[in-house]
Amino acid sequence: MFMKWPAMGYLRVASLPDLWSALAEHGASAQIIAGGQTLLATLAFRLSEPGTLIDITRIAELRGVCVTGGMLRIGALTRHAELGRDALVRAHAPLLSEAVPLIAHPAIRNRGTIGGSLAYADPAAELPACVVALDAVVVTASAQGERRIPAREFFTDLLQTALEPGEIIAAVEIPLAARLGAIQEVARRSGDYAMAGLAVALRLEGGRVMEPRLVYFGVGNGPVLAARASAALDGHALDAASIAAAQAALADDLDPPQDLHGPPEMKRHLARVLTGRVLNGFLTQTEIAA
Amino acid sequence: MITLTVNGERVTRHVEPRRHLIDFLRLDLGLTGSHAACEHGVCGACTVRVDGEIVRGCLVLAASLDGAEVVTIEGLSDSGEVADLQANFVARNAAQCGFCTPGMIMTAADILAHGGTPSRAEIREHLSGNYCRCTGYQAIVDAVEDTLKARLMAADSDLRAGSALRSSEAPR
Repeated sequence: MFMKWPAMGYLRVASLPDLWSALAEHGASAQIIAGGQTLLATLAFRLSEPGTLIDITRIAELRGVCVTGGMLRIGALTRHAELGRDALVRAHAPLLSEAVPLIAHPAIRNRGTIGGSLAYADPAAELPACVVALDAVVVTASAQGERRIPAREFFTDLLQTALEPGEIIAAVEIPLAARLGAIQEVARRSGDYAMAGLAVALRLEGGRVMEPRLVYFGVGNGPVLAARASAALDGHALDAASIAAAQAALADDLDPPQDLHGPPEMKRHLARVLTGRVLNGFLTQTEIAA
Repeated sequence: MITLTVNGERVTRHVEPRRHLIDFLRLDLGLTGSHAACEHGVCGACTVRVDGEIVRGCLVLAASLDGAEVVTIEGLSDSGEVADLQANFVARNAAQCGFCTPGMIMTAADILAHGGTPSRAEIREHLSGNYCRCTGYQAIVDAVEDTLKARLMAADSDLRAGSALRSSEAPR
Protein backbone atom coordinates (compact mmCIF):
# COMPACT_ATOMS: atom_id res chain seq x y z
CA MET A 1 0.00 0.00 0.00
CA PHE A 2 1.26 3.46 -0.81
CA MET A 3 1.66 6.37 1.53
CA LYS A 4 2.53 10.01 1.16
CA TRP A 5 6.22 10.61 0.58
CA PRO A 6 8.44 10.71 3.66
CA ALA A 7 9.78 13.99 5.04
CA MET A 8 13.07 14.75 3.33
CA GLY A 9 15.32 17.52 2.14
CA TYR A 10 15.53 18.80 -1.42
CA LEU A 11 18.19 20.74 -3.17
CA ARG A 12 18.88 21.52 -6.78
CA VAL A 13 22.40 21.81 -8.13
CA ALA A 14 23.30 23.74 -11.28
CA SER A 15 26.71 22.27 -12.08
CA LEU A 16 28.83 19.18 -11.54
CA PRO A 17 31.17 20.91 -9.02
CA ASP A 18 28.06 21.91 -7.01
CA LEU A 19 26.90 18.30 -7.16
CA TRP A 20 30.21 16.98 -5.80
CA SER A 21 30.09 19.40 -2.84
CA ALA A 22 26.44 18.54 -2.15
CA LEU A 23 27.25 14.83 -2.20
CA ALA A 24 30.23 15.39 0.10
CA GLU A 25 28.04 17.32 2.51
CA HIS A 26 25.10 14.90 2.61
CA GLY A 27 26.95 11.61 2.26
CA ALA A 28 25.00 8.37 2.26
CA SER A 29 21.67 10.07 3.04
CA ALA A 30 21.74 11.86 -0.33
CA GLN A 31 19.78 10.46 -3.26
CA ILE A 32 20.26 11.85 -6.74
CA ILE A 33 17.05 12.52 -8.64
CA ALA A 34 16.69 13.09 -12.38
CA GLY A 35 13.31 12.39 -14.05
CA GLY A 36 12.09 10.73 -10.87
CA GLN A 37 9.67 8.38 -12.65
CA THR A 38 10.85 5.37 -10.68
CA LEU A 39 12.34 6.99 -7.61
CA LEU A 40 9.26 9.03 -6.71
CA ALA A 41 7.03 5.96 -7.01
CA THR A 42 9.34 4.08 -4.63
CA LEU A 43 8.97 6.95 -2.12
CA ALA A 44 5.21 6.37 -2.12
CA PHE A 45 5.84 2.74 -1.18
CA ARG A 46 8.50 3.78 1.33
CA LEU A 47 10.89 1.49 -0.51
CA SER A 48 13.38 4.32 -0.24
CA GLU A 49 13.59 7.06 2.37
CA PRO A 50 16.35 9.42 1.30
CA GLY A 51 17.53 12.12 3.68
CA THR A 52 17.97 14.63 0.88
CA LEU A 53 17.05 14.53 -2.80
CA ILE A 54 19.65 16.19 -4.99
CA ASP A 55 18.04 17.32 -8.24
CA ILE A 56 20.48 17.18 -11.17
CA THR A 57 18.01 18.07 -13.93
CA ARG A 58 19.40 21.55 -14.48
CA ILE A 59 23.04 20.52 -14.99
CA ALA A 60 23.67 21.62 -18.58
CA GLU A 61 26.67 19.29 -19.10
CA LEU A 62 24.37 16.27 -18.78
CA ARG A 63 22.05 17.35 -21.59
CA GLY A 64 22.04 17.11 -25.36
CA VAL A 65 22.70 14.67 -28.18
CA CYS A 66 25.66 15.07 -30.55
CA VAL A 67 28.09 13.18 -32.75
CA THR A 68 31.65 13.46 -31.54
CA GLY A 69 34.83 11.42 -32.14
CA GLY A 70 33.08 8.70 -34.12
CA MET A 71 30.47 8.25 -31.40
CA LEU A 72 26.86 9.27 -30.91
CA ARG A 73 26.85 10.88 -27.46
CA ILE A 74 23.55 11.01 -25.60
CA GLY A 75 23.48 13.10 -22.43
CA ALA A 76 22.21 11.31 -19.35
CA LEU A 77 19.33 13.78 -18.87
CA THR A 78 17.90 13.08 -22.33
CA ARG A 79 14.26 12.27 -21.72
CA HIS A 80 12.68 9.25 -23.41
CA ALA A 81 10.40 11.50 -25.47
CA GLU A 82 13.41 13.55 -26.64
CA LEU A 83 15.29 10.35 -27.49
CA GLY A 84 12.32 9.18 -29.54
CA ARG A 85 12.16 12.29 -31.73
CA ASP A 86 15.89 13.05 -32.04
CA ALA A 87 17.12 13.05 -35.67
CA LEU A 88 20.71 12.06 -34.78
CA VAL A 89 19.46 9.12 -32.73
CA ARG A 90 17.16 8.10 -35.59
CA ALA A 91 20.10 8.27 -38.04
CA HIS A 92 22.77 6.51 -35.95
CA ALA A 93 20.95 4.36 -33.40
CA PRO A 94 17.44 3.67 -34.75
CA LEU A 95 17.18 0.81 -32.25
CA LEU A 96 16.76 3.44 -29.52
CA SER A 97 14.12 5.36 -31.51
CA GLU A 98 12.24 2.12 -31.94
CA ALA A 99 12.51 1.28 -28.23
CA VAL A 100 10.98 4.54 -26.98
CA PRO A 101 7.30 3.77 -27.73
CA LEU A 102 7.66 0.57 -25.69
CA ILE A 103 8.70 2.49 -22.57
CA ALA A 104 5.77 3.19 -20.22
CA HIS A 105 3.36 5.91 -21.38
CA PRO A 106 3.63 9.39 -22.98
CA ALA A 107 3.38 11.30 -19.67
CA ILE A 108 6.18 9.21 -18.18
CA ARG A 109 8.33 9.43 -21.31
CA ASN A 110 8.14 13.22 -20.97
CA ARG A 111 10.03 13.05 -17.64
CA GLY A 112 12.04 9.81 -17.47
CA THR A 113 15.67 9.98 -18.62
CA ILE A 114 18.04 7.53 -20.27
CA GLY A 115 20.57 8.01 -17.45
CA GLY A 116 17.92 7.22 -14.87
CA SER A 117 16.80 4.10 -16.69
CA LEU A 118 20.36 2.79 -16.96
CA ALA A 119 21.23 3.66 -13.35
CA TYR A 120 18.11 1.95 -12.04
CA ALA A 121 18.93 -1.14 -14.14
CA ASP A 122 15.54 -2.81 -14.09
CA PRO A 123 16.12 -6.20 -15.74
CA ALA A 124 12.87 -5.85 -17.71
CA ALA A 125 13.62 -2.33 -19.00
CA GLU A 126 14.25 -1.65 -22.68
CA LEU A 127 17.13 0.85 -22.66
CA PRO A 128 19.67 -1.24 -20.70
CA ALA A 129 19.22 -4.04 -23.26
CA CYS A 130 19.50 -1.59 -26.17
CA VAL A 131 22.76 -0.04 -25.01
CA VAL A 132 24.29 -3.51 -24.54
CA ALA A 133 23.09 -4.51 -28.04
CA LEU A 134 24.62 -1.31 -29.45
CA ASP A 135 27.96 -2.02 -27.69
CA ALA A 136 27.70 1.40 -26.05
CA VAL A 137 29.97 2.93 -23.46
CA VAL A 138 28.52 4.37 -20.28
CA VAL A 139 30.40 7.56 -19.42
CA THR A 140 30.34 8.25 -15.70
CA ALA A 141 31.41 11.28 -13.71
CA SER A 142 32.41 11.80 -10.09
CA ALA A 143 34.56 14.16 -8.06
CA GLN A 144 37.47 11.89 -9.07
CA GLY A 145 36.80 12.40 -12.79
CA GLU A 146 35.34 10.46 -15.68
CA ARG A 147 35.20 6.71 -16.29
CA ARG A 148 34.17 4.89 -19.46
CA ILE A 149 32.50 1.56 -18.81
CA PRO A 150 31.41 -0.80 -21.62
CA ALA A 151 27.64 -1.26 -21.31
CA ARG A 152 28.02 -5.06 -21.16
CA GLU A 153 30.05 -4.64 -17.93
CA PHE A 154 27.89 -1.88 -16.49
CA PHE A 155 24.94 -4.03 -15.39
CA THR A 156 26.34 -6.23 -12.63
CA ASP A 157 23.29 -7.81 -10.98
CA LEU A 158 19.62 -7.28 -10.17
CA LEU A 159 19.17 -3.48 -9.98
CA GLN A 160 22.96 -3.23 -9.54
CA THR A 161 25.45 -1.37 -11.71
CA ALA A 162 29.16 -0.61 -11.79
CA LEU A 163 28.44 2.92 -10.46
CA GLU A 164 30.43 3.71 -7.31
CA PRO A 165 28.98 5.82 -4.49
CA GLY A 166 29.22 9.47 -5.48
CA GLU A 167 29.34 8.62 -9.17
CA ILE A 168 26.68 9.45 -11.77
CA ILE A 169 26.04 8.62 -15.41
CA ALA A 170 27.03 11.61 -17.55
CA ALA A 171 26.29 10.20 -21.01
CA VAL A 172 26.04 7.14 -23.18
CA GLU A 173 28.28 6.87 -26.23
CA ILE A 174 27.42 4.61 -29.14
CA PRO A 175 29.95 3.76 -31.84
CA LEU A 176 28.81 4.93 -35.26
CA ALA A 177 28.25 1.84 -37.40
CA ALA A 178 25.78 1.05 -40.14
CA ARG A 179 23.87 -1.46 -38.04
CA LEU A 180 20.33 -2.60 -38.29
CA GLY A 181 18.41 -2.67 -35.07
CA ALA A 182 15.10 -4.04 -33.91
CA ILE A 183 13.33 -4.51 -30.60
CA GLN A 184 10.23 -6.43 -29.63
CA GLU A 185 8.71 -7.42 -26.33
CA VAL A 186 5.78 -9.25 -24.85
CA ALA A 187 3.95 -7.35 -22.12
CA ARG A 188 0.56 -7.95 -20.54
CA ARG A 189 -0.57 -4.41 -21.21
CA SER A 190 0.83 -1.65 -23.38
CA GLY A 191 3.42 0.27 -21.36
CA ASP A 192 4.00 -2.42 -18.75
CA TYR A 193 7.45 -3.80 -18.11
CA ALA A 194 8.09 -6.70 -20.48
CA MET A 195 7.54 -10.33 -19.50
CA ALA A 196 10.29 -10.93 -22.05
CA GLY A 197 11.92 -8.78 -24.69
CA LEU A 198 14.68 -8.81 -27.26
CA ALA A 199 16.88 -6.00 -28.63
CA VAL A 200 19.08 -6.86 -31.61
CA ALA A 201 21.81 -4.98 -33.45
CA LEU A 202 23.53 -6.53 -36.46
CA ARG A 203 24.95 -5.82 -39.88
CA LEU A 204 23.83 -7.58 -43.05
CA GLU A 205 26.50 -7.93 -45.74
CA GLY A 206 25.49 -9.72 -48.92
CA GLY A 207 22.70 -11.42 -47.04
CA ARG A 208 25.11 -12.58 -44.29
CA VAL A 209 24.71 -11.60 -40.67
CA MET A 210 27.77 -9.85 -39.24
CA GLU A 211 28.50 -9.12 -35.57
CA PRO A 212 24.98 -9.81 -34.32
CA ARG A 213 24.23 -8.89 -30.72
CA LEU A 214 21.05 -10.44 -29.35
CA VAL A 215 20.21 -9.01 -25.94
CA TYR A 216 17.23 -10.31 -23.98
CA PHE A 217 15.44 -8.47 -21.18
CA GLY A 218 12.94 -9.54 -18.55
CA VAL A 219 14.54 -12.99 -18.46
CA GLY A 220 17.39 -12.57 -15.97
CA ASN A 221 18.98 -10.27 -13.41
CA GLY A 222 19.86 -7.74 -16.10
CA PRO A 223 20.14 -7.52 -19.86
CA VAL A 224 21.37 -10.89 -21.16
CA LEU A 225 23.73 -10.83 -24.14
CA ALA A 226 23.07 -14.22 -25.73
CA ALA A 227 26.55 -15.27 -26.84
CA ARG A 228 25.62 -18.66 -28.29
CA ALA A 229 22.56 -17.50 -30.18
CA SER A 230 24.58 -14.56 -31.56
CA ALA A 231 27.41 -16.91 -32.58
CA ALA A 232 24.94 -19.22 -34.31
CA LEU A 233 24.06 -16.35 -36.64
CA ASP A 234 27.45 -14.66 -37.09
CA GLY A 235 28.73 -15.03 -40.67
CA HIS A 236 25.71 -17.06 -41.76
CA ALA A 237 23.10 -16.21 -44.32
CA LEU A 238 19.97 -14.96 -42.60
CA ASP A 239 17.43 -17.67 -43.39
CA ALA A 240 15.07 -20.13 -41.73
CA ALA A 241 17.94 -22.49 -40.91
CA SER A 242 20.15 -19.90 -39.16
CA ILE A 243 17.16 -18.46 -37.29
CA ALA A 244 16.26 -21.95 -36.06
CA ALA A 245 19.91 -22.49 -35.05
CA ALA A 246 19.87 -19.25 -33.03
CA GLN A 247 16.62 -20.30 -31.34
CA ALA A 248 18.13 -23.68 -30.43
CA ALA A 249 21.39 -22.15 -29.16
CA LEU A 250 19.38 -19.87 -26.90
CA ALA A 251 18.68 -22.74 -24.52
CA ASP A 252 22.24 -22.45 -23.16
CA ASP A 253 22.25 -18.63 -23.06
CA LEU A 254 19.27 -18.10 -20.79
CA ASP A 255 18.60 -19.15 -17.23
CA PRO A 256 15.43 -17.21 -16.47
CA PRO A 257 14.20 -17.03 -12.89
CA GLN A 258 10.59 -17.73 -12.01
CA ASP A 259 8.73 -14.49 -11.49
CA LEU A 260 5.17 -13.30 -11.05
CA HIS A 261 4.53 -13.74 -14.78
CA GLY A 262 5.35 -17.43 -14.83
CA PRO A 263 7.91 -20.23 -14.72
CA PRO A 264 11.33 -20.26 -16.45
CA GLU A 265 10.04 -22.44 -19.29
CA MET A 266 7.47 -19.78 -20.20
CA LYS A 267 10.23 -17.15 -20.43
CA ARG A 268 12.33 -19.48 -22.57
CA HIS A 269 9.36 -19.99 -24.87
CA LEU A 270 8.74 -16.23 -25.15
CA ALA A 271 12.45 -15.64 -25.87
CA ARG A 272 12.38 -18.20 -28.70
CA VAL A 273 9.23 -16.65 -30.15
CA LEU A 274 10.72 -13.16 -29.99
CA THR A 275 13.92 -14.41 -31.63
CA GLY A 276 11.89 -15.69 -34.57
CA ARG A 277 9.82 -12.50 -34.82
CA VAL A 278 12.75 -10.09 -34.70
CA LEU A 279 15.04 -12.02 -37.04
CA ASN A 280 12.25 -12.72 -39.53
CA GLY A 281 11.60 -8.98 -39.46
CA PHE A 282 15.13 -8.37 -40.78
CA LEU A 283 14.52 -11.03 -43.42
CA THR A 284 11.43 -9.21 -44.64
CA GLN A 285 13.38 -5.92 -44.77
CA THR A 286 16.14 -7.57 -46.83
CA GLU A 287 13.64 -9.09 -49.25
CA ILE A 288 12.00 -5.73 -49.74
CA ALA A 289 15.43 -4.14 -50.33
CA ALA A 290 16.34 -6.89 -52.85
CA MET B 1 9.85 28.96 -1.92
CA ILE B 2 8.83 28.43 -5.52
CA THR B 3 7.34 30.77 -8.09
CA LEU B 4 5.56 29.27 -11.05
CA THR B 5 2.67 29.90 -13.40
CA VAL B 6 -0.49 27.88 -12.87
CA ASN B 7 -3.20 28.29 -15.50
CA GLY B 8 -1.67 31.60 -16.49
CA GLU B 9 -1.51 33.00 -12.97
CA ARG B 10 1.76 33.64 -11.19
CA VAL B 11 1.91 31.78 -7.88
CA THR B 12 4.53 31.95 -5.13
CA ARG B 13 4.35 29.42 -2.31
CA HIS B 14 6.45 27.66 0.25
CA VAL B 15 6.35 23.92 -0.41
CA GLU B 16 7.70 21.01 1.53
CA PRO B 17 9.94 18.68 -0.51
CA ARG B 18 7.56 15.79 0.21
CA ARG B 19 4.70 17.56 -1.60
CA HIS B 20 3.99 16.21 -5.06
CA LEU B 21 2.51 18.43 -7.73
CA ILE B 22 -1.02 17.04 -7.35
CA ASP B 23 -1.23 17.68 -3.60
CA PHE B 24 0.26 21.12 -4.23
CA LEU B 25 -2.49 21.88 -6.77
CA ARG B 26 -5.30 20.33 -4.76
CA LEU B 27 -4.41 21.17 -1.17
CA ASP B 28 -2.37 24.36 -1.49
CA LEU B 29 -4.06 26.00 -4.49
CA GLY B 30 -7.54 24.46 -4.21
CA LEU B 31 -7.47 23.20 -7.81
CA THR B 32 -9.22 19.89 -7.26
CA GLY B 33 -9.86 19.00 -10.89
CA SER B 34 -6.69 16.92 -11.11
CA HIS B 35 -7.33 13.72 -9.20
CA ALA B 36 -5.01 11.94 -6.81
CA ALA B 37 -5.70 8.24 -7.07
CA CYS B 38 -2.94 5.63 -7.20
CA GLU B 39 -0.26 8.21 -6.33
CA HIS B 40 2.50 6.01 -7.70
CA GLY B 41 2.39 6.74 -11.39
CA VAL B 42 0.13 4.00 -12.67
CA CYS B 43 -3.39 5.34 -13.24
CA GLY B 44 -3.06 8.70 -15.03
CA ALA B 45 -5.89 10.44 -13.12
CA CYS B 46 -3.41 13.17 -12.10
CA THR B 47 -2.25 14.04 -15.64
CA VAL B 48 -1.42 17.76 -16.03
CA ARG B 49 0.75 19.81 -18.36
CA VAL B 50 4.14 21.08 -17.26
CA ASP B 51 5.91 23.35 -19.75
CA GLY B 52 3.55 22.22 -22.49
CA GLU B 53 3.96 18.48 -21.98
CA ILE B 54 1.75 16.06 -20.10
CA VAL B 55 3.18 14.52 -16.94
CA ARG B 56 2.02 12.39 -14.04
CA GLY B 57 1.42 15.01 -11.34
CA CYS B 58 2.04 12.43 -8.61
CA LEU B 59 5.55 11.79 -10.00
CA VAL B 60 6.69 15.40 -9.97
CA LEU B 61 8.14 17.20 -6.96
CA ALA B 62 6.35 20.52 -6.51
CA ALA B 63 9.63 21.90 -5.14
CA SER B 64 11.31 21.25 -8.49
CA LEU B 65 8.88 23.46 -10.41
CA ASP B 66 10.33 26.89 -9.76
CA GLY B 67 9.84 28.79 -13.03
CA ALA B 68 7.60 26.14 -14.59
CA GLU B 69 4.34 26.65 -16.41
CA VAL B 70 1.59 24.31 -15.23
CA VAL B 71 -1.80 23.86 -16.89
CA THR B 72 -4.47 21.80 -15.16
CA ILE B 73 -7.88 20.64 -16.37
CA GLU B 74 -9.33 23.89 -14.98
CA GLY B 75 -7.02 25.99 -17.16
CA LEU B 76 -7.38 23.78 -20.21
CA SER B 77 -11.16 23.83 -19.87
CA ASP B 78 -11.33 27.63 -19.41
CA SER B 79 -9.09 28.16 -22.44
CA GLY B 80 -11.67 26.58 -24.73
CA GLU B 81 -9.02 24.34 -26.30
CA VAL B 82 -11.00 21.20 -25.50
CA ALA B 83 -14.59 22.47 -25.72
CA ASP B 84 -15.27 20.16 -28.67
CA LEU B 85 -13.63 17.18 -26.94
CA GLN B 86 -15.68 17.79 -23.80
CA ALA B 87 -18.88 18.01 -25.87
CA ASN B 88 -18.00 14.70 -27.50
CA PHE B 89 -17.34 13.13 -24.07
CA VAL B 90 -20.91 14.11 -23.15
CA ALA B 91 -22.35 12.98 -26.50
CA ARG B 92 -20.65 9.59 -26.27
CA ASN B 93 -21.28 9.15 -22.54
CA ALA B 94 -17.52 8.84 -22.16
CA ALA B 95 -17.66 10.11 -18.57
CA GLN B 96 -19.33 7.49 -16.45
CA CYS B 97 -18.34 7.97 -12.79
CA GLY B 98 -16.12 10.79 -14.09
CA PHE B 99 -13.14 10.19 -11.86
CA CYS B 100 -10.67 9.49 -14.67
CA THR B 101 -12.15 12.14 -16.97
CA PRO B 102 -9.83 15.08 -16.17
CA GLY B 103 -6.77 12.92 -16.80
CA MET B 104 -8.35 11.43 -19.92
CA ILE B 105 -9.09 14.90 -21.30
CA MET B 106 -5.54 16.10 -20.56
CA THR B 107 -4.05 13.07 -22.34
CA ALA B 108 -6.51 13.17 -25.24
CA ALA B 109 -5.85 16.92 -25.66
CA ASP B 110 -2.15 16.02 -25.91
CA ILE B 111 -2.59 13.69 -28.87
CA LEU B 112 -5.01 16.14 -30.53
CA ALA B 113 -2.52 18.98 -30.02
CA HIS B 114 0.32 17.03 -31.63
CA GLY B 115 -1.41 17.17 -35.03
CA GLY B 116 -1.24 14.47 -37.64
CA THR B 117 -3.94 11.88 -38.19
CA PRO B 118 -3.58 9.29 -35.43
CA SER B 119 -5.43 6.04 -36.04
CA ARG B 120 -7.82 4.53 -33.51
CA ALA B 121 -5.00 2.19 -32.47
CA GLU B 122 -2.68 5.16 -31.93
CA ILE B 123 -5.32 6.96 -29.87
CA ARG B 124 -5.72 3.84 -27.71
CA GLU B 125 -1.95 3.60 -27.33
CA HIS B 126 -1.67 7.25 -26.30
CA LEU B 127 -4.41 6.80 -23.70
CA SER B 128 -3.07 3.44 -22.50
CA GLY B 129 -1.56 4.96 -19.36
CA ASN B 130 -4.92 6.34 -18.20
CA TYR B 131 -7.14 3.90 -16.38
CA CYS B 132 -10.94 4.02 -16.36
CA ARG B 133 -12.25 1.73 -13.64
CA CYS B 134 -15.74 1.91 -15.15
CA THR B 135 -13.96 0.40 -18.19
CA GLY B 136 -15.64 2.89 -20.48
CA TYR B 137 -12.74 2.82 -22.89
CA GLN B 138 -14.68 2.34 -26.13
CA ALA B 139 -16.77 5.45 -25.54
CA ILE B 140 -13.69 7.45 -24.52
CA VAL B 141 -11.80 6.46 -27.67
CA ASP B 142 -14.95 7.16 -29.71
CA ALA B 143 -15.12 10.69 -28.27
CA VAL B 144 -11.46 11.38 -29.06
CA GLU B 145 -11.83 9.94 -32.56
CA ASP B 146 -14.96 12.03 -33.24
CA THR B 147 -13.12 15.16 -32.12
CA LEU B 148 -10.13 14.37 -34.30
CA LYS B 149 -12.31 13.74 -37.36
CA ALA B 150 -14.28 16.94 -36.83
CA ARG B 151 -11.11 18.97 -36.43
CA LEU B 152 -9.56 17.44 -39.55
CA MET B 153 -12.73 18.17 -41.52
CA ALA B 154 -12.78 21.75 -40.27
CA ALA B 155 -9.10 22.18 -41.16
CA ASP B 156 -9.76 20.73 -44.61
CA SER B 157 -12.67 23.10 -45.31
CA ASP B 158 -10.57 26.03 -44.01
CA LEU B 159 -7.94 24.99 -46.49
CA ARG B 160 -10.49 24.85 -49.33
CA ALA B 161 -11.93 28.19 -48.31
CA GLY B 162 -8.39 29.57 -48.22
CA SER B 163 -7.50 28.28 -51.68
CA ALA B 164 -10.84 29.50 -53.07
CA LEU B 165 -10.04 32.90 -51.63
CA ARG B 166 -6.59 32.83 -53.17
CA SER B 167 -7.91 31.83 -56.61
CA SER B 168 -10.58 34.54 -56.47
CA GLU B 169 -7.88 37.01 -55.52
CA ALA B 170 -5.60 35.90 -58.32
CA PRO B 171 -7.03 37.95 -61.22
CA ARG B 172 -7.03 41.15 -59.23
